[in-house]
Amino acid sequence: MHLLVCGGTGCRASESSAILDNLKSVLEENNLENEVQVVKTGCFGFCEKGPIVKVLPDNTFYTQVKPEDAKEIVNEHIIKGRKVNRLLYLNPESKEHVSDSKHMGFYKKQIRIALRNCGFINPENIDEYISRDGYEALAKCITEMTPAQVIDVIKRSGLRGRGGAGFPTGLKWEIASKSVADQKYVVCNADEGDPGAFMDRSVLEGDPHSVIEAMAICGYSIGASKGLVYIRAEYPLAIERLKIAIGQAREYGLLGEKILGTDFAFDLELRYGAGAFVCGEETALIHSMEGLRGEPTVKPPFPAERGYLGKPSNVNNVETFANIPVIINKGPEWFSSIGTEKSKGTKVFALAGKINNVGLIEVPMGTTLREIIFEIGGGIKDGKKFKAVQTGGPSGGCLTEKHLDTPIDYDNLIASGSMMGSGGMIVMDEDDCMVSIAKYYLDFTVEESCGKCTPCRVGNKRLYETLDKICHGNGTMEDLDKLRNLSNVIRDTSLCGLGQTSPNPVLSTLDNFYHEYLAHVKDHKCPAGQCKALMQYTINPEACVGCTACARVCPVNAISGERKKPHFIDTTVCIKCGACFEKCKFDAIYIN
Amino acid sequence: MVKVKSLADLKKIKSELQSKMELREKSENPEKSVQVKVAMATCGIASGAKQVMDFLIEEFEKRGIEAIVTQTGCMGYCYAEPTIEVTVPGKDPLVFGYVNIKKADEIIEKYIKNGELVEGIIPVNYETIEK
Repeated sequence: MHLLVCGGTGCRASESSAILDNLKSVLEENNLENEVQVVKTGCFGFCEKGPIVKVLPDNTFYTQVKPEDAKEIVNEHIIKGRKVNRLLYLNPESKEHVSDSKHMGFYKKQIRIALRNCGFINPENIDEYISRDGYEALAKCITEMTPAQVIDVIKRSGLRGRGGAGFPTGLKWEIASKSVADQKYVVCNADEGDPGAFMDRSVLEGDPHSVIEAMAICGYSIGASKGLVYIRAEYPLAIERLKIAIGQAREYGLLGEKILGTDFAFDLELRYGAGAFVCGEETALIHSMEGLRGEPTVKPPFPAERGYLGKPSNVNNVETFANIPVIINKGPEWFSSIGTEKSKGTKVFALAGKINNVGLIEVPMGTTLREIIFEIGGGIKDGKKFKAVQTGGPSGGCLTEKHLDTPIDYDNLIASGSMMGSGGMIVMDEDDCMVSIAKYYLDFTVEESCGKCTPCRVGNKRLYETLDKICHGNGTMEDLDKLRNLSNVIRDTSLCGLGQTSPNPVLSTLDNFYHEYLAHVKDHKCPAGQCKALMQYTINPEACVGCTACARVCPVNAISGERKKPHFIDTTVCIKCGACFEKCKFDAIYIN
Repeated sequence: MVKVKSLADLKKIKSELQSKMELREKSENPEKSVQVKVAMATCGIASGAKQVMDFLIEEFEKRGIEAIVTQTGCMGYCYAEPTIEVTVPGKDPLVFGYVNIKKADEIIEKYIKNGELVEGIIPVNYETIEK
């Protein structure tokens, strides 16, 4: 028998280590230490009801266990074989105790569709993909369905583009299929550029065949015989695995001429991007593939009419493609039964920032931020307070506590002032300054703006400068109005998605954290203590013992004082490096 | 390599592969044939998954344990990389996190040889589409 005790950060904070020790000692008292083994595990992802103790092999799942419960668990469950009912999970709806974790609603929170094979199959072995229904969807499409039928299935599934904007995929395919040309192209957008996002990379690294299969299906539907994957050169492993996968698919005759004995021909090529953020925009992406500068052009004409080399092209994101084979195999009704009314299926998110379980998750549309951050993500690091979550990267916004219970889908996120984006989710705690965060994202957009249109090129730069001024304590109330007005202008007048969304971090922080802007402007204070220019290190003369450690570590000799007497920091000389603060063993130095 | 020429071909290959993988699991020495998957995406490799995989392959051979070590993509537990999934025949697969060489050694000696659990198990917290 085994007793698993959760050793995740959340459960450890509620004394799971003591539970572990108690269980061990009670077992020893009963001479059971050789029969029953107690093991600390990683996070069960059910931190809300932690600490968790799980009993194997019967899978009994005890929640909110206290150290003093150890005796009862051993005496009742292990010795007498009776479950401790009061510690079982109580189903909030039926008010019944659930003993087996497999029947708990919680474990339905993550469903892996796009990530179905990631971490399961060997990505460099096509056989493993085939044994998991691989290429069956393609076979079904080209041997049993007409292109129009395939498009109809995708349309009925309700799948929307996972790259960020959420355009209905079936409709996109239909438009491309109706364009008449001697050559059409299927393009996979693997130019994942949001800071902190790594979903597409993981799909390509873990399951490259699913993207290849889906691109072939798309080719069949729209009448294209060529596919191109635009992937950033910074993803060497994803490129390598894709190349291996393409090679294997060709060997098996699943790419090339006369696929599966039909007249359908399709092949793939890779195109490398140099990592420019704007090249995730489809027109800029196409220009970059053509060897031109990665700059967007006005739509229409849409790529579906005139794209790569002037030919109709259908551009979809990696994750969108990864969903396609499953939709064909399991049917559009199955897919559309998952998710919300207007956003179907699941979404992969890359959890990053001040969160315990940094990682890759896939949840049905309509899951709340609270479930993602506090249950799947295991809550905030070091037990700090949640402040905001940034979704959608530099194009998205910061959502706050009041948005935690909003079901996540395309439309709700836009209504809250952010956007789905590609699925990066950066969690911030009380130590993060929201003005600095907005400045960080503007710094990114200024750097990544292609410079073609004026609002984006000049406007973002001005936004950045104003934010920088506020961070230095020189902002005025007029600056705050100017930020808002300028943001609106940039949003309304920029040429492409980059500029149209780049003011989102500013607008959403202005809306949700106006008080922090005010603190910077009026009180010249940074509430989170992040803006260096507004900080002041001071020595508390009552706590200072005069050990001189701070004076010795100060690089600019700003600290003076006699041995064994309180020291003093000359704020006109201090460069706020924080070295003294870290060095002081007596907590005598504090930040204003 | 034989080309796949029709849907029937594909289905045939699939069933052959599935029985092959089944065989792998129920080989003649079920108590000896262990399957290990090492998560080898960028996150895993950056945290040392390659060294762990090499170590596992070498040590299984040295210690005379019949085992199949394969690589796989990201399991999603990037906070606990490197991660490996160990399937001892007859038991459910278990995922271990923070697997360095020392941990890998512990997993071989304790879990694979004696069936004792070791610290660092990551409980599965998602559903797959097969159900």
